[in-house]
Amino acid sequence: MPEAHRHAAARYTRTAIAFHWLLALMILGSLGMGLYMTSLPFSPTRLKLYNWHKWAGVTILVLSACRLLWRLRHRPPADAPMPAWQRRAAHGAHAALYTLFFAVPLAGWSYSSAAGFPVVLYGVLPLPDFVAPDRALAETLKALHKWLAYGLAAVVAAHIGAAFKHQFVDRDGLLLRMLPARR
Amino acid sequence: MTTRNVFITALALAAGAAWAQPQPAQLQAAGSEIGFTTKQMGVPVDGKFGKFSAQIALDPKKPETGSVTFAIDTGSARFGSPELDAEVPKPTWLSAAKFPQATFQSTAVKAAGAGKFEVAGKLTIKGQVRDVVVPVALTQAGANSTASGSFVIKRLEFKVGEAEWADTSMLANDITVRFKLALTGIAPL
Repeated sequence: MPEAHRHAAARYTRTAIAFHWLLALMILGSLGMGLYMTSLPFSPTRLKLYNWHKWAGVTILVLSACRLLWRLRHRPPADAPMPAWQRRAAHGAHAALYTLFFAVPLAGWSYSSAAGFPVVLYGVLPLPDFVAPDRALAETLKALHKWLAYGLAAVVAAHIGAAFKHQFVDRDGLLLRMLPARR
Repeated sequence: MTTRNVFITALALAAGAAWAQPQPAQLQAAGSEIGFTTKQMGVPVDGKFGKFSAQIALDPKKPETGSVTFAIDTGSARFGSPELDAEVPKPTWLSAAKFPQATFQSTAVKAAGAGKFEVAGKLTIKGQVRDVVVPVALTQAGANSTASGSFVIKRLEFKVGEAEWADTSMLANDITVRFKLALTGIAPL
């Protein structure tokens, strides 16, 4: 059995896999929504998308916290064989992703507070404001949220590219570690 | 003039005096505000009118002789969000260019407990007239009086937020109007 395949047989837990794909969907969806909704003129549709985007962001924040807790208590599989620089890049990218999973929604939430729009989760649960309404601060937080989101999109793109490289170029079965096991 | 006519005239004058309008009060713009709040998908949205004027004549001991008139500059609504400030004067909302003022004209004032009054009148916004009853609480400190209260209006009755914005699941129909007016020249309670 090729060495690569033996190492790649160690996989992520089912819970980690579920978190990964659910959050991947929500994060990609929120990034797309963010790009689209900011291009719209002031309208009920835009208002609705902004609110959905905020609800999704807070949900991502909470789920990411649960996911991080799970990861701390259930170590991911050992690194597959790869050059040291790739291993360092992978660890760096994952650290950047986890940081951004929290930084992006927190910046967005604060921006909403500073703009004078408290976040009311799912339209029913008012969330606390981290900052008081302040127009100048709102502009800063808006830029912060936007650039952190672009950063997240860039790391996600690199992450997806790297996963495909391992799967289709290196053919080391790495991607299978994050897919549900075949029964 | 006969004694009878003199008597009738005196009676008429006395009745007229009893029903005479109280002296008009002075509105202190500095301590006064008219604001409103509504909900957008659960999120509270607050605004204030920057410019308004009022003619208030009230004798707290004879409220039925009082009258209250208001004129609010519809272009002066401010939300703390430049986008909303620019949006609300548009025709879909307050249509400020066509209806520069929202007005209130009282038809009856009556007592409603200690320092409390009920002012019934006609509220006109965007050309739509509706009867409202505004509860007012009056407190006094020396020569200064403060009249405050709030009431709810249904924005759709005044065509505020038309067409795509008529959807009340997006923006609530209920708008709570709150006011606090600093007045001088009102007789003691």
